[in-house]
Amino acid sequence: MTDSAHIPPQGSLVAAQAPSRRRGKASRLWRDLRKAPASAWFGLIVIAVYVFTSIFAPLLAPYSETELVGGAFDPWGGQFLLGTDQLGRDMLSRLIYGARNTVGIAFLTTMLSFVLGGALGLMAAISGGWIDQMLSRTVDVLMSIPQLIFALVLLSILGPSVLNLIVIMAVLDATRVFRLSRSVAQGVVVMDYVEAARLRGEKLPWIMRREILPNIMPPLVAEFGLRFCFVFLTISALSFLGLGIQPPTADWGSMVRDNAALITYGDITPLLPAGAIALLTVSVNFVVDWFLHKTSGLRE
Amino acid sequence: MNPVLRTVLQRLGLGIATLFVVSIIISLTIEMLPGDFAKAILGQSATPETVAAFQREVGLDRSPVVRYVEWVGGIVRGDFGESYASAGSLAGHRRLVSEMIAPRLLNTLFLAGAAAMIAVPLSLFLGIMAALYRNSYFDRAVNVVSLTSISSPEFFLAYILIMFLAVKFPIFVSLASITPGMSLGDRLYAIMLPTLTLVLVIVAHMMRMTRAAIINLLASPYIEMSRLKGVKPLQIILRHALPNAWAPIANVIALNLAYLVVGVVVVEVVFTYPGIGQLMVDAVSKRDLPVVQGCALVFAATYILLNLLADVVTIVSNPRLLHPR
Repeated sequence: MTDSAHIPPQGSLVAAQAPSRRRGKASRLWRDLRKAPASAWFGLIVIAVYVFTSIFAPLLAPYSETELVGGAFDPWGGQFLLGTDQLGRDMLSRLIYGARNTVGIAFLTTMLSFVLGGALGLMAAISGGWIDQMLSRTVDVLMSIPQLIFALVLLSILGPSVLNLIVIMAVLDATRVFRLSRSVAQGVVVMDYVEAARLRGEKLPWIMRREILPNIMPPLVAEFGLRFCFVFLTISALSFLGLGIQPPTADWGSMVRDNAALITYGDITPLLPAGAIALLTVSVNFVVDWFLHKTSGLRE
Repeated sequence: MNPVLRTVLQRLGLGIATLFVVSIIISLTIEMLPGDFAKAILGQSATPETVAAFQREVGLDRSPVVRYVEWVGGIVRGDFGESYASAGSLAGHRRLVSEMIAPRLLNTLFLAGAAAMIAVPLSLFLGIMAALYRNSYFDRAVNVVSLTSISSPEFFLAYILIMFLAVKFPIFVSLASITPGMSLGDRLYAIMLPTLTLVLVIVAHMMRMTRAAIINLLASPYIEMSRLKGVKPLQIILRHALPNAWAPIANVIALNLAYLVVGVVVVEVVFTYPGIGQLMVDAVSKRDLPVVQGCALVFAATYILLNLLADVVTIVSNPRLLHPR
């Protein structure tokens, strides 16, 4: 995602932004960040903490994610800071590994859906004609079935596994990405410089990557945040239903399900993984809000 | 022909066409079955003869076209086929998918209906209030709360409600078990927590859209005019802004009711409510395909129907279409 943002802008559409780009990326970023509202800062810090936790999970976690280290449902405090789960695995360690597994899988899925949906969307917008018609009508039909329901049907046929989950969710979510990237790209495709590139004989991938993509980046980046939230919530819901990420992998959705019985005793442990999911989605939403506000050119 | 009628009929035709294509997709997904599927259903010890008998019985040996026509022909007559849980087994009793779905569909509609009855008036009220007192502390508080509840997974909200309203302060029950003989009051009491969860999930979105639709209109000249006339703010919103805001509001309400259909799956599992969502989740984990297909078709049909309704409401409430020049 960031790779393509580095491509220098071409053509008249972005000429107005060119001077600010020369000032150096780091100082410009810092200037933007200093003006960011508190909610965006909160979101960025939370996201940074999640990323840090997922990368350094093995160093941070006191135990492994699958090892049985205590009795079932040990209380908080003492040897196990947040107690143990229904099999006697350390809750804190599983929460930390969950950041890597749950967030990692959701991120991978979103990346895949953007590569797939974005490429097809740009292709449809540039080629037009029957390719566009065929792809658009297929997407229309796929979108008329609720995503969670469609995912359930496909999972019941292919069987639940992490690979199936990633592929199914990525394909289903790519339909939304397709719609957006096609519609924003259609505004750029009619520009003269795209026509010029075509006339000098550039191939489709080159036009997609060098002419169109740099100009439609801001809405796609914002959409990436929102799609990530959606995919993350859907995968968590599927895992919660026992049909997503399978045990013994530490995953927040299934951790809620496995320890849900504790709720009836007034123990808030099962709320921790659920809260971890909610906190990340809220944070991403805050950052996306700020980003949209910034790139849409609105000033207070 | 009347342009409104024509547009509505066009949408209706499009909806039916979509439903037809969706039924083909749901039926065709079975072609993607991995080869060891019969073994997964019958168990690893199944002999080749049992596997062949099972495949003949569920029709996996016939062409997809024949199977699709039979399946759809059955559904038109209210026959969704037989559950795999009975097919291939030695037990004599057969479970019809339609018999499994029908009572649970009623339960789900009851739950979704109760949620909609609370959520729609509440979100309209909150949206109007937030538009009236925009940028006040009330508006900001509602904004933050709604953003949080949109971003939270349904099961998080559900367990927080259980924690506070069933465990810490035992006002409601956490298991929403309803039986055929219960009175309406008892039923409503039993489904209070799942209803509240669904309300929290959909109110946020509807309320934000109501607020946005009204505030969008407040900049129009005719609103400015009535403000200069000295009409009270509440009157302006109720008498002048709201009538023009109905189209987007009705649209978002219908879309959220369609969303209820999906949101209900997770909520039913949390509260072990005997609805169609839980039936589908059970069927998926048992890989009981006829039940999964039946449920998926019912869900998709409801979803398409409600989206269609949203379209129709938008068309009908558009004055430019109602009074053609």
